[in-house]
Amino acid sequence: MPTPTFAERLSRATKAKALAVQSYFALAGRALGFIFVRPFYSQDLIQQMDEIGVKSLGIVLLTGFFTGMVLALQASVQLKTFGATMYIGRLVTGSMIRELGPVLAGLMVAGRVGSGIAAQLGSMRVTEQIDALNTLGTDPIKKLVTPRVLAALIMLPILTVINDFVGIVGGNLISTLLVGIPSGLYWRTVWEQIASGGFVFRYIPNDFVQGLIKPFVFGGIISISACYYGLNTTGGTEGVGQSTTRTVVLSSILILIVDYFLTQVLLSLLGA
Amino acid sequence: MTDDVRDSEPKTADALDAERRHDGRRVGERDESAVRTAIRRELAGEAERSAVDQPTENAEPVIEMQDVSLAFDHPILEDISFVARKGETVCIVGESGTGKSTILKLILRLLIPDDGHVNILGQDITHLTFVEALKVRQRMGMVFQGAALFDSMSVLENIAYPLREHTDLSDDDIEQRVREKLEFVGLEPDRVMDQLPSELSGGMRKRVGVARGMADNPEIMLYDEPTSGLDPLTTGTITLLILKLQRELGVTSVVVSHDIRSVFRMATKVAVLNERRIVFFGTPEEMAASDDKYLRDFLGGY
Repeated sequence: MPTPTFAERLSRATKAKALAVQSYFALAGRALGFIFVRPFYSQDLIQQMDEIGVKSLGIVLLTGFFTGMVLALQASVQLKTFGATMYIGRLVTGSMIRELGPVLAGLMVAGRVGSGIAAQLGSMRVTEQIDALNTLGTDPIKKLVTPRVLAALIMLPILTVINDFVGIVGGNLISTLLVGIPSGLYWRTVWEQIASGGFVFRYIPNDFVQGLIKPFVFGGIISISACYYGLNTTGGTEGVGQSTTRTVVLSSILILIVDYFLTQVLLSLLGA
Repeated sequence: MTDDVRDSEPKTADALDAERRHDGRRVGERDESAVRTAIRRELAGEAERSAVDQPTENAEPVIEMQDVSLAFDHPILEDISFVARKGETVCIVGESGTGKSTILKLILRLLIPDDGHVNILGQDITHLTFVEALKVRQRMGMVFQGAALFDSMSVLENIAYPLREHTDLSDDDIEQRVREKLEFVGLEPDRVMDQLPSELSGGMRKRVGVARGMADNPEIMLYDEPTSGLDPLTTGTITLLILKLQRELGVTSVVVSHDIRSVFRMATKVAVLNERRIVFFGTPEEMAASDDKYLRDFLGGY
């Protein structure tokens, strides 16, 4: 065979990439479609909700708390120049609910859960357990991917709410202890911030809508990336390692990029 | 069945029975001296090995491959044709990397051929939808090279898996069935049922793999390198197990192997794969008698 020219290699690589993107979305489509098709593997769903949600609680609490604290600390320095330290609560709340809560929870879960899912499915692939499932008459996507995706879609928004709340509490701690703002004032500014964004359907604050749509999307990104790389693992144990790394890299990057565009869309839809 | 088949049967049954009777209790992997003696006897009597089943030329074809070709980046299989009739054991042998396991994946319809047809139990499975294919797969049992047990589930749950997926059996019935299958493969149910696959030895894992493959009473059993990586005596027990499955339950089997010795003991037909094609398909006797250079070289290793 003659050595392929640069153009040939380029076209082959592009085709491969396009195919990969296609099968990524095909996987997502089938995984989501199976949510509504019997049999439901509820046992697997509960197990995954525990794995993805409950067991991630520790790191989410920790990151949320410290992020809130450092936000308050930085805000106090910045706001002092304007003599506006009483607005620390607003700043912490706005940043946590709209951006840092969802993004940080997403990144932490991508690192902890995404890698775990990729490693598990990858090992199952290389030890032929995926083939075994197929052979025993089970669709591996239905049995393995759907519960994981569904669990991530449910649990990530919940984790984010917890993350947001703990972050605001962390901010409260710092502004009360170090900056000397009474807790009552702090919480009032928190509410002011939430109310200032406007409401959807009169009662749901815009900030909450933004803050909950994002983790929902991130949950999908993390679980589908992890399952995609896991199921497509080749090359033995080394391949499992590669899948794990790729999952974390891809889902982290996607979270940050999608976050930007999603924010833009949501801002134009909801205003402010 | 002919007389000499019946002659050889008690011996096999002996071997497996010995395992059961030993010490008046069922024995596990560690305590197999009786079985081993029986196997040694069996191996010594290799010469008098008769065809496991006399050719069953007029039995209905169960697995039929017609001119099957498959290629990914490069050709993998070309013009593969063979027939496995009811109750036959077809062994596919060949060097490593010649696409032996791929044939099993084609039979299971984990892969779809580029050309040709695969007929399973009288049904062309080439154009089935995914869901229809799952249905056909339920009538087959597959034993993977590394057993491919689900490592997050106990032995009980592994064997129960196909039953839970496809039957309405109650938990008690399922456990009963699992016990039955474990006994069939010569394992002590009470001892292994609650263990995880990682706690078992290689030979035991293989047997649990066989038990899982046969749990839903399939008509077809497929084995991918059932004896690779096992010591000669465990190889003997697994070979006997495959024979037992064929004789007692009459299942049709396809065994992919490069262990010529055990192939000669269990095959009704042997297919030799070389350079993507089947270069020989016939009984073990015909293979042994052939003076084809490749076959001679291949058997030379034996």
